Amino acid sequence: MVLRLDCPHCGPRPADEWVYGEVPDPPDYLTEGDERDVDRGFMMSNTEGVKVERWFHAGGCRRWQTITRDTTIG
Amino acid sequence: MNEFIEAQVAFGWEDMRSSYDVVIVGGGGHGLSTAYHLATRHGITNVAVLERGYIGSGNSGRNTTIIRANYSIPEAVRFYQRSVDLYSRLEEETGRWIMHDRKGLLWLVHGVPGTRNERARSIVNQAFGADTVYVTPEEVGEICPEVDLNAGGGEYRVTGGSYSPHAATARHDRVVWALAEGAMKLGVHVHQRTSVTGLLKVGDRVTGVLTDRGPVAAGVVVSAVGGHVSTLAAMAGVRLPIRTHPLQAYVTNHYARSFRPIVASAEMGFYVSQTPRGEMLLGSRIDNQPSYSYRSSYEFLSYCSLPAVTLLPFLRNLTILRQWAGVCDMSVDMSPIMGYTGVEGFLVTTGWGTGGFKGIPAGGEQMAKLIATDRTPELIAPFSLDRFKQDRLMFDPGSTGTTH
Repeated sequence: MVLRLDCPHCGPRPADEWVYGEVPDPPDYLTEGDERDVDRGFMMSNTEGVKVERWFHAGGCRRWQTITRDTTIG
Repeated sequence: MNEFIEAQVAFGWEDMRSSYDVVIVGGGGHGLSTAYHLATRHGITNVAVLERGYIGSGNSGRNTTIIRANYSIPEAVRFYQRSVDLYSRLEEETGRWIMHDRKGLLWLVHGVPGTRNERARSIVNQAFGADTVYVTPEEVGEICPEVDLNAGGGEYRVTGGSYSPHAATARHDRVVWALAEGAMKLGVHVHQRTSVTGLLKVGDRVTGVLTDRGPVAAGVVVSAVGGHVSTLAAMAGVRLPIRTHPLQAYVTNHYARSFRPIVASAEMGFYVSQTPRGEMLLGSRIDNQPSYSYRSSYEFLSYCSLPAVTLLPFLRNLTILRQWAGVCDMSVDMSPIMGYTGVEGFLVTTGWGTGGFKGIPAGGEQMAKLIATDRTPELIAPFSLDRFKQDRLMFDPGSTGTTH
């Protein structure tokens, strides 16, 4: 089964219709400005488990949605 | 490791020591290759490789076994050509048959931009040591008569391509076993069914690992983890520019005739080769969603098969036997990340994305050199983690998009 994401407008739709949007999340222990910028630009938490994500439904309602997903399952 | 394999390789399993000079997390190709080169090239044998499952159970056993060096940036061509050379000597060196087979890779394009790319790729390849040449559609037909140059009359007519005679395949498990055996014969310990649950730290320095079989002290900890590297790096306080995506592949039933080259089309998004058993092995792009799941999908079969049967019509008569998935560490610039992390005592070899198998010998050789000399070797200096801080990215998506 391909992963389906639940869109509030279009219902559950296959992941291929969506574009993933990485949300920068520099950790609190990075305090220096340049370090935070590097982290925002390139680094990712790559969470293993439940995670709140932003997805753009490019092949549907063309709106950004906030979706909670478990990356170890989907 | 099953009984069949145990009978094939000559080594014994040792008890875990409380301390090692080097602890390598991850018993796949890169971890074992690093251990193998530490032992054979530098005489460092107080080394442990820790593997959560059995050796080669992760991406080393899930890839499509293509070995090639036709990258588009000089640093990558040099590095992967080194790997191609080491692969072709690996059987002689280890005394084990890894089923290494030089097949040649045909990389097809379907239009003006692609043709331009492949001309540029062949020039860069030749300048930095790989033997890729640009080929016309007629030459494509000679190298692989099965290709329908008209692509069924559709928009993907073949307008040329590049041909890399150096490209090869090898049996992935045998590579892993050969490296494990070579390392263990010299005294390296490989511990299977051993999960790393945490890192031992003194201040910011990593001094060992915590496993489900107790703590192990280490002079240096190397992460050769595939798939879960961000989780391990976070324990050390290291942030990585990596997102994990699943990648799927499938094999068909046996094709009775010999299909010689590896054929790929990045524009159409598929690649195909024949396994030694005669099955046709097909792969495509990574899955859209970041995920650690090994789940495979029907949708993959359809989007991978459509372009494949368009270019290679004989595939229509075959049926799909099985499919599987692996999880790939995709770095933001699609190039690997090797070496120091900024945290003392903690090294990484990661970001292998969709093509880690081809980098196994050179990646292990260079990581071993780095550990033994405590200096970054020239060949992998461009692939250090601090390239992101320096804004010196090794962006090469065209070479890694679909073909691995």
